[in-house]
Amino acid sequence: MNNALKTLTNGILKENPTFALVLGMCPTLATTTSAKNGMFMGLATLFVLVCSNVVISMLKKLIPDKVRIPAFIVVIATFVTIVQFLLKAYAPAVDEQLGLFIPLIVVNCIVLGRAEAFAAKNSVGLSALDGIGMGLGFTLSLTVLGLVREFLGSGMIFGAKIYDGSYATLIFVLAPGAFIALAYLMAIVNKINKK
Amino acid sequence: MVYFLIFVSAILVNNIVLSQFLGICPFLGVSKKIDTALGMSAAVAFVLTVATVVTYLLQQLLNYMGQEIFGDPNTFLFLQTILFILVIAALVQMIEIMLKKVSPSLYQALGVFLPLITTNCCILGVALIVADPAQLMQKLPSTEEVTLGYNLLNGTLYALATAIGFGLALVLFAGIREQLALAKVPKAMQGTPVALLTAGLLAMAFMGFSGVA
Repeated sequence: MNNALKTLTNGILKENPTFALVLGMCPTLATTTSAKNGMFMGLATLFVLVCSNVVISMLKKLIPDKVRIPAFIVVIATFVTIVQFLLKAYAPAVDEQLGLFIPLIVVNCIVLGRAEAFAAKNSVGLSALDGIGMGLGFTLSLTVLGLVREFLGSGMIFGAKIYDGSYATLIFVLAPGAFIALAYLMAIVNKINKK
Repeated sequence: MVYFLIFVSAILVNNIVLSQFLGICPFLGVSKKIDTALGMSAAVAFVLTVATVVTYLLQQLLNYMGQEIFGDPNTFLFLQTILFILVIAALVQMIEIMLKKVSPSLYQALGVFLPLITTNCCILGVALIVADPAQLMQKLPSTEEVTLGYNLLNGTLYALATAIGFGLALVLFAGIREQLALAKVPKAMQGTPVALLTAGLLAMAFMGFSGVA
């Protein structure tokens, strides 16, 4: 039980994919123009991560060692396609916003990284928990980054107006703001972790 | 003139790394030295152009098959992501084997960077953009000739220009980081945070090009 809890919380705090492992930077920077977009991107990745972790840990004895990477990629790509079509059917507005970055979950280093480092060695249950933990950690950091950028860049939080948008610093919703906001958030996390 | 505009647009105005956020991992990962940055850019330029041509043709084949068998070109759309990533992975392997035979010196130079390219999201990203006419239209400069002439040539040129843009951003960034290594940086900002901050400033400089093409 203790072990399971540790696996679950590992991805959220100690090995947070964005702030500690610095993986999956492309969607982190590109889709966090608002908190909502960041959250949906995180949730899409969470779904792929949990499903691919479970399937890969089930198949780990069947997949020959030499072709394991291509085999993992096929499993991941299958679930990415499922997410892509689900979003197109039930949340077309979100699909429009995230666009290219949904199919690009395939090449997100976090998903393949967890498959190789965790799911290929551990039991189905633990792999599912690891997927949930890592996915939640990713979702959390994307949402926080989106929150900061949305608040500074357009004066809103989750689309609700906080202060007049004409006083906002537009640069934070544009490309350079993504880099700068993430840089300072990462520095704050570093500072807290050192203590 | 149109082709020139494609290049200006993809290299400076809509730079793949600094305004589209594709290929950030190698941008942060292999930008500590100018030499390695140049090697990576060359490998990406090569694979990106070849992969775009191959995946474009594959997409046309899928559309054709869908049209012929089921009467709807989008029938096989669900295969797109899986096929593309597999083709790119296979292509990278093939290029590696071929280079080893044909030009050992180039193979030596690109060496370690080639296998890394499979997981570079700008390859799959550009392949997906070029395979979809509506998305490519948005990325190309909006002149009438381009709108009329959507074809393999435009897609290939866009891919090549994108790769050059990636190379430009990577080499510039590597140059700055070589200097940055000598600077005194506050402890919490050391490593990735200060690199990201530099990238932010570089992106801001590139924003100055918006409206050029």
